[in-house]
Amino acid sequence: MIAHSLFFYFFSTIAVFSSLMVITSRNTVYSVFFLILVFVTTSILFIMIGAEFLGMIMLIVYVGAVSVLFLFVVMMLNISEQTKKRSIRKGLINNISVGAIVGAIIFFELFVVIGGWKYKGNLLVFPNSDLSNTQALGNVLYTDYIYLFQISGMILLVAMIGAITLTFSKRDNIKRQSYFHQIERDKDSAIELVDVESGKGVKIDD
Amino acid sequence: MIEIGLGHYLTLAAIIFTLGVMGIFLNRKNVIIILMSIELILLAVNINLVSFSIYLQNLIGQIFTMFILTVAAAEAAIGLAIIVIYYKKKGSINVEQINSLKG
Repeated sequence: MIAHSLFFYFFSTIAVFSSLMVITSRNTVYSVFFLILVFVTTSILFIMIGAEFLGMIMLIVYVGAVSVLFLFVVMMLNISEQTKKRSIRKGLINNISVGAIVGAIIFFELFVVIGGWKYKGNLLVFPNSDLSNTQALGNVLYTDYIYLFQISGMILLVAMIGAITLTFSKRDNIKRQSYFHQIERDKDSAIELVDVESGKGVKIDD
Repeated sequence: MIEIGLGHYLTLAAIIFTLGVMGIFLNRKNVIIILMSIELILLAVNINLVSFSIYLQNLIGQIFTMFILTVAAAEAAIGLAIIVIYYKKKGSINVEQINSLKG
């Protein structure tokens, strides 16, 4: 139990510090790296309290896909010139009053909710079945929640198609293959027979 | 204090949630950091759901965490695509200059 609390305080300190660095860092690339650190520590916390499958999914989806997406966009858009203009300082001075008030209110409300909740202390009560976390999740996910599962797959498909159609740009100066144009071409439209008079040649218009 | 309970995890989630909300207010220059703050908020929600799911011995919280993960990934993809085409069109992603909708 001592080890559990030590690990919890260690990783939660890292998570809070790096999420603070995400929102205050001058360089956007550093923010993305600290976001990756937040995700990794959170997945370690998930694994620690017994949600192994979600911890691993967190590593795969967030660290492997979403953060890399952020990193690609940050590096593609060349935002480093915008960070030089003292962006955080000016935003800090202008918006710190409203931000601090809203943040304090939200934190106070959450604190009241947590403080008023009656709970027994021990979080580490493992179920005494021989199913692992992944098997138990699969038993529920593929039976009771199969429709939600399918719908979430459709959401991912729509997001993929949307992202592709948004960023797809058609360029004019390159040659493209047109299947219908190729297939509908036949002998009459492709070949023309002409009689060539001697000494005059043929005028080809194209 | 030494025994880690539900309250510790909920407090951690509350701190991360608050930091995410503060991030939206603090960064009025960079849309990408605002998107990252939204990811932080969703992460705090996920921590809440998973810790309650472990505490109540009920797997539905973890199922919903997976769905939130899906929606967060889709939202990040669409948002970043919108940012990319906006940057191609206008040459800047400064939040204070995005006023085409006159909002």
